[in-house]
Amino acid sequence: MRNEARYAFHKTSPVMLGFLFLGASYGIYMHKLGFNFLYPLLMAATIFAGSVEFIIGNLLVQSFQPLTVLVLTALVNSRHIFYGITMLKKYSNTGKLKPILIFGMCDESFSLNATLKIPDNLDHSYVYFYVTAFNYFSWVVGAGLGGLLGGMINLNLAGLDFIMTALFIVLFTEQLKNARTQRDALIGLVFAIICLLFCSKNVFLLVTLVTLVVLFSLNYLIMRRKDDIN
Amino acid sequence: MTLTEQIISILIAAAVTMATRFIPFLIFDQSKELSPYLEELGKFLPAAIMGVLVIYCYRNISFSEPSKALLEIVAGLVTLFIHLWKRNMPLSILVGTGFYMILLNFVG
Repeated sequence: MRNEARYAFHKTSPVMLGFLFLGASYGIYMHKLGFNFLYPLLMAATIFAGSVEFIIGNLLVQSFQPLTVLVLTALVNSRHIFYGITMLKKYSNTGKLKPILIFGMCDESFSLNATLKIPDNLDHSYVYFYVTAFNYFSWVVGAGLGGLLGGMINLNLAGLDFIMTALFIVLFTEQLKNARTQRDALIGLVFAIICLLFCSKNVFLLVTLVTLVVLFSLNYLIMRRKDDIN
Repeated sequence: MTLTEQIISILIAAAVTMATRFIPFLIFDQSKELSPYLEELGKFLPAAIMGVLVIYCYRNISFSEPSKALLEIVAGLVTLFIHLWKRNMPLSILVGTGFYMILLNFVG
């Protein structure tokens, strides 16, 4: 078991560092919004989905809009469904560790566990477990520490809220790598601008997300009918 | 928002996130194929949503303060180019945010 932990630590240490740093940024961001460290700590521990945690933090300082929280979280995290489908087989014989592996399946833990070439002499289930656990605790500890540090150090933090913008620009830039995701990311960008011009700021996010799913489905139906005719 | 409303919001986000992770293991048979519609939607949504969320971050931009609006856009472009260049997520976020925070002192 110690070998599994060592192997996992070796593989995931860059992710852990990134998580500590980003988690701390999230904690400081929440502090700037006016929340004590328990908010980022508990939100990181229960939600454990970085981008959603930033947005929910942002929504917490506005009026109560549970439907936006629900739709937004479901759509932003819908990618997990596809991760899950990919991991059905790999996680099928992991026994009592399985719920933990699924609970902690963030982007990074998924991509590592999906691609690691684990040596045969190691127990695969425990390697998956340690990768998942190391990443989880790096994020949660980072978020809690950031929340505490934000309150302790007396720095000029004006403009720190740009962190969330920078995070999403980076995630957006990642989509520019290939033609297909580049097109989709630009569609999202353009529709969001259009919806922002026509709706109030409070509902524009929900309207955009629903519009995108409806338009995608219509387009899918039309394309399929075309294929049927041909 | 009251404390109760905050807790409800956080619990919704946590429950829905967990649902997205557990659902495939509960409903999908590992031997069966996914419907093509869901498969396509799964390719479309992650990329499209990132475009939406960038605009969400810029929703409060105000052209009555043109220098601040310009700074927000330039800092965004700096982040984008650094990331295209280095592909290092923490670095891109650090540089972009640092750039914004430093120049904000001059814009006011």
